[in-house]
Amino acid sequence: MIVAEQKPLEEIAESVKDRDKILIVGCNECVTVCEAGGKKEVGVLASALRMYFRNQGKDVQIDERTLERQCDREYLEEIRDIADTYDVILSLACGVGVQFMAEMYHSMPVMPGVNTCFLGATEERGVWTERCQACGSCVLASTGGVCPVSRCAKRVLNGPCGGSGKGKCEINKEVDCAWQLIVDRLKALDRMADYETLAPLKDWSTDRAGGPRKVVREDVKA
Amino acid sequence: MTVKTHSKLEKIMAAGHLAITGECGPPRGTDIAEVEHKVNLVKDYVDAINVTDNQTAVTRMSSLAACIKIKLMGFEPVLQMVCRDRNRIALQSDILGAAAFGINNVLCLSGDHQSFGDCATGQNVYDLDSMQLVQTVRHMRDEGKFLGGADIKRPPQMFVGAAANPFADPFEIRVPRLAKKVAAGAEFIQTQCIYNLERFEEWMRLARERGLTEKVKIMAGVTPMKSVGMAKYMKNRVPGMDVPDDVVARMAGVPKEKQPEEGLKICVETIQRLKEVKGVAGFHIMAIEWEEVVGGIVKDAGLYPRPVVD
Repeated sequence: MIVAEQKPLEEIAESVKDRDKILIVGCNECVTVCEAGGKKEVGVLASALRMYFRNQGKDVQIDERTLERQCDREYLEEIRDIADTYDVILSLACGVGVQFMAEMYHSMPVMPGVNTCFLGATEERGVWTERCQACGSCVLASTGGVCPVSRCAKRVLNGPCGGSGKGKCEINKEVDCAWQLIVDRLKALDRMADYETLAPLKDWSTDRAGGPRKVVREDVKA
Repeated sequence: MTVKTHSKLEKIMAAGHLAITGECGPPRGTDIAEVEHKVNLVKDYVDAINVTDNQTAVTRMSSLAACIKIKLMGFEPVLQMVCRDRNRIALQSDILGAAAFGINNVLCLSGDHQSFGDCATGQNVYDLDSMQLVQTVRHMRDEGKFLGGADIKRPPQMFVGAAANPFADPFEIRVPRLAKKVAAGAEFIQTQCIYNLERFEEWMRLARERGLTEKVKIMAGVTPMKSVGMAKYMKNRVPGMDVPDDVVARMAGVPKEKQPEEGLKICVETIQRLKEVKGVAGFHIMAIEWEEVVGGIVKDAGLYPRPVVD
């Protein structure tokens, strides 16, 4: 899923401070799972902002709404009738949702309430870690199912680098060395011979390097 | 052994001599005289001088600029190139620039992560990794082609090196990793600083067993320690460094004013012991900001005068 975390209250408040009517819109997908922008967080943020502005002597109307998805026009359409009645929409969706919202409601200011962090997984409640950078050309088949692009600080394809120590990365002793994990996994799979295959220069044109990306499936297009 | 380039380093090792390389960190400013000064301190005692590339991710004068200066002084530089700061366009471009000035040696490295340096909020590149950079230089030299496939007019003639850390983890892939670098095209290896001699000797034994010492010239890395503080710092803080407790204890066992002398003794003893290890083709002496002791180390280790090759 896309992992996000809420922006500091002060930053959010600053971005909507001159508005009298604010609609906070949550998303039921990834940001709900990572507890950054679901219905619950919409409610908590709305209360916090009401208190924040009240303490400043401002009377601001703050309403709450949570959509099934903000990366789908069909669901964004659900607020068509009320959107115009607000001065600003504060979206707690990921960066995709914020932008899709802004595209749908072209003359409405749409502010982000979260920082979109990475594609990751839930380690335990309250802890999420990165697993993928969407490079567009998956190498997991040759790395024992551990991604060096997202999990190595230098995205070394023929690792580990000289900074790997006791299974940890040189940047931080809390961070696992991706190549230690790859070697451990290749061993478990009895595939250590694969370690010596040189990974060729990667084609990064499918990564962000190639510009904004697009997937088109003619077979499923309407 | 036949040589493929005009590299003095390659010729010395091909002739069967133990080669010596030194190291020069470029200045944090524009005063090229600092490079000249460091080179003059070591040039009679080493065969070539590595020039570091923004080491520890701290911004400095470019390695290429300092290498050109050293070449113009009539000496032999080893251009260190890290993959952190340049994509494949810039790397190939700098290789051409270096070769145009007759720089005959390149050492291909990943580079320390930028979080260690003075631009921790900066982006990194890592378009290629160090092995792919080795492949790139060999491709440019041997095929005479750019990565894009076009012919290079007058291809670069460089002796291509890589680093190896016999002490990093996991140990069981240390030798397979060396084999991979050799397969990528590395012709010489400079190792991480050696303090754990047993572990290094074990690594060399495994490298010999796989026939790797027949294919690549391995230069053992050494760094004299100035103080017990430095020993502890290297043990605890420098990534991938293995400083055994008895080395720290030996430094701690002498009074502070005698510690530099003890550090030099350890360094000379290390070289003398490793000279006897089959497959060691030379030494890379990294006397960090202590270049004036290099001559003494080389002499005391019985490696002076330096051989002359044409």
